[in-house]
Amino acid sequence: MENLIVDLARALTTWLQHLGLSPFWADLVLLVLQWTAIVLIITLNVLILVWLERKVSGFMQQRLGPNRLGPFGCFQTIADTFKLLTKEDIIPSQTDRLIFKTAPMFFIIVSVLLYAVIPMGQDMAVVDLNIGLFYFISVGSLTTIAILMAGWASNNKWSLLGAMRAVAQMISYEIPLAFSLLGVVMITGSLNLSAIVAAQHPFWFIILQPVAFVTYFIAATAELNRGPFDMPEAEQELTAGAYTEYTGMRWALFFLAEYTNLVAVSALAATLFFGGWQGPWLPSWIWIIIKTYLLMLVFMWLKWTLPRIRMDHLMSFSWKVLIPVSLINIVITGVGLEIFKGMRW
Amino acid sequence: MNLDQLVFLAISGFTITAALAVVWSRNIVRSALALILTFLGVALTFFNLGAGFLGLVQILVYAGAVAVLIIFAIMLVMKPDPGTTNPTTPSRDTHYLGGLLAWLVVIGLGLAIGFTTWPSLPAGPVDDDAVGALAQLLLGNYVVAFEAAAILLLLAVVGAIILAKGADKI
Repeated sequence: MENLIVDLARALTTWLQHLGLSPFWADLVLLVLQWTAIVLIITLNVLILVWLERKVSGFMQQRLGPNRLGPFGCFQTIADTFKLLTKEDIIPSQTDRLIFKTAPMFFIIVSVLLYAVIPMGQDMAVVDLNIGLFYFISVGSLTTIAILMAGWASNNKWSLLGAMRAVAQMISYEIPLAFSLLGVVMITGSLNLSAIVAAQHPFWFIILQPVAFVTYFIAATAELNRGPFDMPEAEQELTAGAYTEYTGMRWALFFLAEYTNLVAVSALAATLFFGGWQGPWLPSWIWIIIKTYLLMLVFMWLKWTLPRIRMDHLMSFSWKVLIPVSLINIVITGVGLEIFKGMRW
Repeated sequence: MNLDQLVFLAISGFTITAALAVVWSRNIVRSALALILTFLGVALTFFNLGAGFLGLVQILVYAGAVAVLIIFAIMLVMKPDPGTTNPTTPSRDTHYLGGLLAWLVVIGLGLAIGFTTWPSLPAGPVDDDAVGALAQLLLGNYVVAFEAAAILLLLAVVGAIILAKGADKI
């Protein structure tokens, strides 16, 4: 079971080479298959996540949540997907059509690209980059532009306001996000995600870096524009922020990308702070799924528990609390590392 | 033509097309968005040359932050009609002067590139730990320059805050 997927990939490469393909083309076909698998898993996973989010919110608010279609309403999101797919595609007349159409595509492409470096099991990263963590941060910063494009192209003041809020929030929270990951990098001495997982063998980094985990989690919630930091979408005041003018499948693509980012950020948290794919008895790729899902449940728990924060409070929280705390954490980690080294020799 | 050349041509074609879109677009927000594509093209060139770290820095700093700042600045000072915000020919005289200057820069750069003897690096794969070597140089040999740049940036941030808020309110 442990090596099931890795063996499958290896068998496929050898089979392709037997067919007369050169190693380069065999690798290319494998890469295409890997990306197809990622996109399929993401899409199907979102169906489960949307259902889960509605069930969790129902549980929190003492309702039943979706309960008509199938057992526990689990076919509800499939029906919703068909509704969205068959809906009329409306583009308002005063929009910038080119940017309006490319924004959701750009968003989903960037979100899917994040998965290239996350090790989804032992030896199961699509690309085992030696600067994987930096790749995640730098590609992740591009999601800001997609929201800005959507908000501007819609030519609607609520959309633009939502996009402006999203950009201000995401740029501010990117800094504590990156800083809180530095502690882990300092301990490991590597930006390679597989090396970071391997370094967590005796203890998980949540024990060594609890402050970094808390700052990462808060900053990640803001990066994802999820409650209590969902000012950019704030349904009651901005209808849906940057997504107001989108309908049908284009809107669904934004939704898909948001949940894709949620999975990516949770998987990164599991990789960096909770030992990644390491765990007893079960195969590695099941462990990372379990850890990622538990973290996503915490994200949902927070969203449906806490009230929305005001915009200026949100910004000053990032600049006056999160960034100083994460900087102090870096200093303490550095001093601690030197003391630890001194004790050893 | 082998695959490497094909990849290089595709990336440069993409970068140059995006750069031309920056210049020729009538709508200045579209110009700014095309500028992001140009930055991404430059990052792809870095990746193609095996300088992954530089490529990622290019994406994070230019495509992720500088471009967003540019778009913000444009949106805050924009005219009501975005369709004509990027006029291509404001007047004939400056038009010719600009063309002349641009050609001078192109010819000057071309001559400079042509007459420089470039140190040839040993062929072969790039050292896998390029980030480590870069860090050794930045925080070892060139630490004074590095810290000076950091202080300069800090001064710029403090200055921007004072300019925006007014000195008496700090």
